Amino acid sequence: MNWVNAVVQGLLLGGLFALFACGLSLLFGVVGVINLAHGDFAVLGAYVAVLLLPSTATNALWALLFVPPLFGFFGYLLQRTLLQRSLEISPLTTLLVTFGLSVVVQNGLLEAFSADSHSFNVGSLVTSSFKVDEQLQVSYLRLGVLLVAIAVLSVLSLFLARSRTGIQIRAVADDREAAQMSGVNTRHIVGVAAAIAFATVALAGLAYGMTAQFAPYSGSALLLFAFEAVVIGGIGSLWGTLGGGLILGLAQSIGFQIDPSLGVLAGHLVFLGVLAFRPTGLVPARAAA
Amino acid sequence: MTAVPALEVRALTARHGQLTAVDGVGFSVPAGSVFALVGANGAGKSTLLRTIAGLHRPVAGSVHLHGDDVTATGPERRVGRGLVLVPEGRRLFPSLSVHENLRVGLARRRPGQWDIDRVLDLFPWMKERRNQPAGQLSGGEQQAVAIGRALVANPSVLLLDEISLGLAPVVVQRIYGLLPALLTTGMTVVLVEQDVSQALAVADQVQCLLEGRTVLDGVPAQLTGPQIEAAYFGLAGAGR
Repeated sequence: MNWVNAVVQGLLLGGLFALFACGLSLLFGVVGVINLAHGDFAVLGAYVAVLLLPSTATNALWALLFVPPLFGFFGYLLQRTLLQRSLEISPLTTLLVTFGLSVVVQNGLLEAFSADSHSFNVGSLVTSSFKVDEQLQVSYLRLGVLLVAIAVLSVLSLFLARSRTGIQIRAVADDREAAQMSGVNTRHIVGVAAAIAFATVALAGLAYGMTAQFAPYSGSALLLFAFEAVVIGGIGSLWGTLGGGLILGLAQSIGFQIDPSLGVLAGHLVFLGVLAFRPTGLVPARAAA
Repeated sequence: MTAVPALEVRALTARHGQLTAVDGVGFSVPAGSVFALVGANGAGKSTLLRTIAGLHRPVAGSVHLHGDDVTATGPERRVGRGLVLVPEGRRLFPSLSVHENLRVGLARRRPGQWDIDRVLDLFPWMKERRNQPAGQLSGGEQQAVAIGRALVANPSVLLLDEISLGLAPVVVQRIYGLLPALLTTGMTVVLVEQDVSQALAVADQVQCLLEGRTVLDGVPAQLTGPQIEAAYFGLAGAGR
């Protein structure tokens, strides 16, 4: 058994979970929407790439250039229309609406692309890796995903800490009405937060599609992992989300090392343990980036 | 022709569900003056101020800012037109630093003499503690930041809701001591106050609310103590 390998692969997997979770965390922390369609939107992002790439032979890395911005735009529109309206009714309504969106996206994809699973062509990147020693190989692709996750979270926390819009986003998360009476256009600001969340979920969907096969129903499992990462890390804290993703990845990978049937279960157990003993997560409260 | 009032409220009525919190209140505030609204708890003062600021939708009546009807204008756009509220309970952004709280106030800043540097000059302690989270400040300090956050927008009409609430008398004195400095810049101030003597000391005009209605209206110097007392508590024979 190679424990070092399990730890390294777990951390690499954790990068993907963190990327998934950061949009969920942002949308809940700022907008107040628990997006039950989060995983399905990630899968939708991957299918949008399938649809828009000129052929299946095209390197899917190109999709990184246009799918996240497209989703950002889509997220802004969705927030300003459907999500905003449901928020004005009640928080429970947003749960129902996003659950409905989840059903619509899954079945729409099923109708359009059938239940067959798809995967991306990423050229030689899919197999290339470097050898640390005889038992430890690191895939460039998975390492890239982890680095992208760290880069996205760094840029995002810098943006929230320094920029005018970022400060307004945090102000709205603290007290929406007080932001309004300070002259902040809260609807626009919440839309921008949703745009960022949707751009990151598209990025996560693409990263997922490059490392695994995806099908219309893949979203539900992804949503669960994203939730677990957010709860383990502490709701509203970006760096906590990274930590949560890494811990979840480690738990799954080490569980898998003990017994291949134990992988996903070990992740769930760690999640339940955190919920039971430290319900505020590992980084409690909103660490203001 | 008389000068256009800075703020004019006409027969404003606002409800909380079935309860009429503000019932046909009207007044007019000349530019550069201080208007005080007094009244007991639940008299409708805060609802009135929130309705003027656009946070609460009135069921009847109108709000005019420098002669323009702003009744249908959203609260954030009223800020851009010079109407800024310092809310009851201060309502700072607790996870943001002092400096960041002031930066949020710049969102719709109008040109004018107030900016963050000027606020930091007004409250010198803020300079050293600008990076401290606002949630860690004392009540008086939070009130100062809340006022600073409103000032950086360069309001022409500043609405102050219960700024003395929960503060030590010496802190209240210091905050009210700022008013003359604001008035010299041509700012108009509308304040809501439970502490009647405090309000009478600074106001050019005072109105007393009782259960959402105006029960007394006048110039502080011409009102007698018993008159105000009777209006405040709703005793028979009060005001008009």
